[in-house]
Amino acid sequence: MEEIKDNLERELLVMREYFRSGRTKEADWRRAQLKGLQVFLKENEVDIFKALNQDLGKHYVEAFRDEVGLLRKSLNLALSDLKKWMSSKERLLAVVGALAKLPIMAVLSYAEVVPEPLGLVLVISTWNFPLALSLEPMIGAIAAGNAVVLKPSELAPAISSLLVNTLPNYLDNKAIKIIEGGPAIGEKLLQQKWDKIFFTGSGKVGRIIMSAAANHLTPVTLELGGKCPAVLDSLSWSWDKEVELMKVMIKKMYGDNPKELHSVARIINKHHFQRLKNMLTDPMVEKSIIFGGSMDEDSLFIEPTILVDPPLESAIMTEEIFGPLLPIITLDNIEDSIDFINSKSKPLAIYAFTKNEKFRKRMLSETSSGSLVFNDAIIQFAADTLPFGGIGESGVGKYHGKFSFDTFSHYKAVARRSFLTDFWFRFPPWNNQKLELFETAYNYDYIGMLLVILGLKRSRMRFDVN
Amino acid sequence: MGSEVEKKAVFDTEAAKVVVKELRESFAAGKTKSYEWRVSQLKAILKMMEENEPQIVAALREDLSKPELESSIYEIAMLKNACKLALKEMKHWILPEKAKTSLTTFPSSAEIVSEPFGVVLVISAWNYPFLLSLDPVVGAIAAGNAIVLKPSEIAPASSSLLAKLVETYMDNSCIKVVEGGVTETSALLEQKWDKIFYTGNGRIARIVMAAAAKHLTPVVLELGGKSPVIVDSDINLQVATRRIIAGKWGCNNGQACISPDYVVTTKDYAPKLVDSFKRELERFYGKNPVESNDLSRIVNSNHFARLSKLLDEDKVSGKIVHGGERDKTNLKISPTILLDVPQDSLIMNEEIFGPLLPIILVDKVEDSFDVVNSTGTKPLAAYLFTNDKKLKEKFVATVSAGGLVVNDTTVHLAVHTLPFGGVGESGMGAYHGKFSFDAFSHKKAVLYRGFGADAFVRYPPYTNGKLRLLRALVNGGLLDIIRAIFGWSKA
Repeated sequence: MEEIKDNLERELLVMREYFRSGRTKEADWRRAQLKGLQVFLKENEVDIFKALNQDLGKHYVEAFRDEVGLLRKSLNLALSDLKKWMSSKERLLAVVGALAKLPIMAVLSYAEVVPEPLGLVLVISTWNFPLALSLEPMIGAIAAGNAVVLKPSELAPAISSLLVNTLPNYLDNKAIKIIEGGPAIGEKLLQQKWDKIFFTGSGKVGRIIMSAAANHLTPVTLELGGKCPAVLDSLSWSWDKEVELMKVMIKKMYGDNPKELHSVARIINKHHFQRLKNMLTDPMVEKSIIFGGSMDEDSLFIEPTILVDPPLESAIMTEEIFGPLLPIITLDNIEDSIDFINSKSKPLAIYAFTKNEKFRKRMLSETSSGSLVFNDAIIQFAADTLPFGGIGESGVGKYHGKFSFDTFSHYKAVARRSFLTDFWFRFPPWNNQKLELFETAYNYDYIGMLLVILGLKRSRMRFDVN
Repeated sequence: MGSEVEKKAVFDTEAAKVVVKELRESFAAGKTKSYEWRVSQLKAILKMMEENEPQIVAALREDLSKPELESSIYEIAMLKNACKLALKEMKHWILPEKAKTSLTTFPSSAEIVSEPFGVVLVISAWNYPFLLSLDPVVGAIAAGNAIVLKPSEIAPASSSLLAKLVETYMDNSCIKVVEGGVTETSALLEQKWDKIFYTGNGRIARIVMAAAAKHLTPVVLELGGKSPVIVDSDINLQVATRRIIAGKWGCNNGQACISPDYVVTTKDYAPKLVDSFKRELERFYGKNPVESNDLSRIVNSNHFARLSKLLDEDKVSGKIVHGGERDKTNLKISPTILLDVPQDSLIMNEEIFGPLLPIILVDKVEDSFDVVNSTGTKPLAAYLFTNDKKLKEKFVATVSAGGLVVNDTTVHLAVHTLPFGGVGESGMGAYHGKFSFDAFSHKKAVLYRGFGADAFVRYPPYTNGKLRLLRALVNGGLLDIIRAIFGWSKA
């Protein structure tokens, strides 16, 4: 292990040197890497679909919709907007603002904000969207000009293997490395100093990551999870009719024998299968199943399952489910859902299906979550003009679209002055008149300043503490 | 002082829990979210400053021997400006930001809504005790949060006055001051906060972030570092010298996070620079600066001892070319310049935070960038004095710091359209102006969809036809989309 650690440290040192050479800051380098990712996705699409199917039983249309397609969209955006993102866009605003707002002593300054890469960053991915959640952050890191180390999830080994063995052929390996492994490698990586760590996963590991980052004052983005509620207003029918409708829809989408259809991904592994099985086989919970419930351990298959009003203290209602079980909680008034949601930790997303304008407004102002979607679910993930991230237990920081670029950048403030003017009252020795001048300057009170200079403004009561 | 603040016997974890609980209840009741409440609290801070200026100046005199002008301008006036800006702009800041939507989520409308984090902790520092306490608080209030402020115990008169003033002027059910040192701060850090804003040094910052990690609490850390000043030769030397002096000794006698820490200049130019410093320093502070009333003292004997040690190191004690006078009783050290200091000396390996200015010599001015970047840590600020356009460009491109200023020092602090914060060892996050509001706001993504059009392509059973359509949607080409809908294959 020591040898691995030393090798790792050496590799990272070389990567830092390369970063310091300035190569990754250049626009053409960034473009080349992003294009490399595009070609990787195009040339290996079949292998990607195969790997996702192998790791998760994911159907290739789902794989395209949620992983490959989204990555392609993000890459298109990054390539088309890169120049805009890299520029000191704030310059004009700041100058205008500066001219309008600065105290007179700084009126001859120009002010701008310049984005720069943080340096050497670590991206730790997860297993459920193993390709998307590895490459989406990487797109941001590269667009921002950083050197990147990616650790894909060992629980999706086929994708991890593809990333380690094939992806390097499309990228600059001096600045971008993919390191495979489980918790042991993860630990070694966390002992190193990074300029940023981007983590997707559970809150438990998120805490470990942030604690490790604290040792080096490394900023972090943590994309975590939670129990995302879907709030269903009565609309034009009651909830049991809704359930009937759900049953019909599920049959329509997945047929009478969902296991055979291959449209439903399987459970990732035996550990998670057992976890979900335990949730369902809890005797108090079993009673509340009204649809589905069948499981097959050999094929790691669990049928889409609906429950109504399982006990609130049961695991299925206190832990993030992360599986095909949907408990429905019924309330007397839909407004009570707000208190219900607020009694739990802040989720990554809240989905509210309602036409009631008043209820919508209350939802917006009285609940807190990473995102809030009215009358749909999940789709905010595809909107690259919206920040995607959590709050509280569901995470720290955000990304997608330009927010990805921002999360891997340092926005450096730059102010310039000429030598020409300087205001003599800026320097000691201090006296009351200089104080008056400063005060009028700070109040943008130019007339007042003139009066003080001309000796026409009466000094207000000053106290002598000297 | 006749303070009516009840000093609790021991502020322990239990006491901290009680404070947080009360603030959570106030926050949950919606008090701090109201626009009127935010306005009232900001006005209260303004009133507090206006009605207590003499007392504030006196407290700063007691804690730091800070000159009245520095107190009035850098603490009180800047704070008043922050309040006034927030009062003027808050109505714009709180508006949701519309976000464009695309074909993939059609039809929909989207916006980004700012909401308060909730109950936040602001831990302040001793060198600008009023500014660094209330400036973040202004942002927290504007964003609608409930707040606990922990001022620094190293400036006790200011801490005490702050506690009294906040209790008198502000809504105590939502904004509280907790005074104290390590014990009290640790008790506070054990609690779950929705955001922590810390100003101070890197060592404590690590402790703060580690405590925050237990609760996944986001943090802003405003730290420091060795802010270098690179001085080129073909410049207006007098103006440059004055601006460096104003930023160093004119800012709490070098005890400021963005004070010029050290100078880098060429061997050829150094003698001219040193002479200019000597001239201007005498002009500002007289022949006996240790007795000048225009310089803050060293804050306490710990720091006095620390700075003395830096001066007494063998490698360095012979390099003093100006100043070096010390008055231990009154905790005064005169403006001191050291020439040609070795880079492995103590004084070049920690943030000085005092009135000592080492000058590092290089052959060519371009070599300064290597010196600055070789320290391995990114400072809060970096300064360059030059008329050479190419040098300016290289400076901005290669030197990484929280903020850069060309041909001046520290002024970027006053530009509220510039984010103020560090990078790497000098910190994370930023504030000032709208950035303060943003630092204390959660930006919630909100997507509104109609029930109207539903994209059947999203739903199983999955087919090749759906895949073709999804591909076309992603690529955005109208022709592709039409082809896919009609089942025509690409030619």
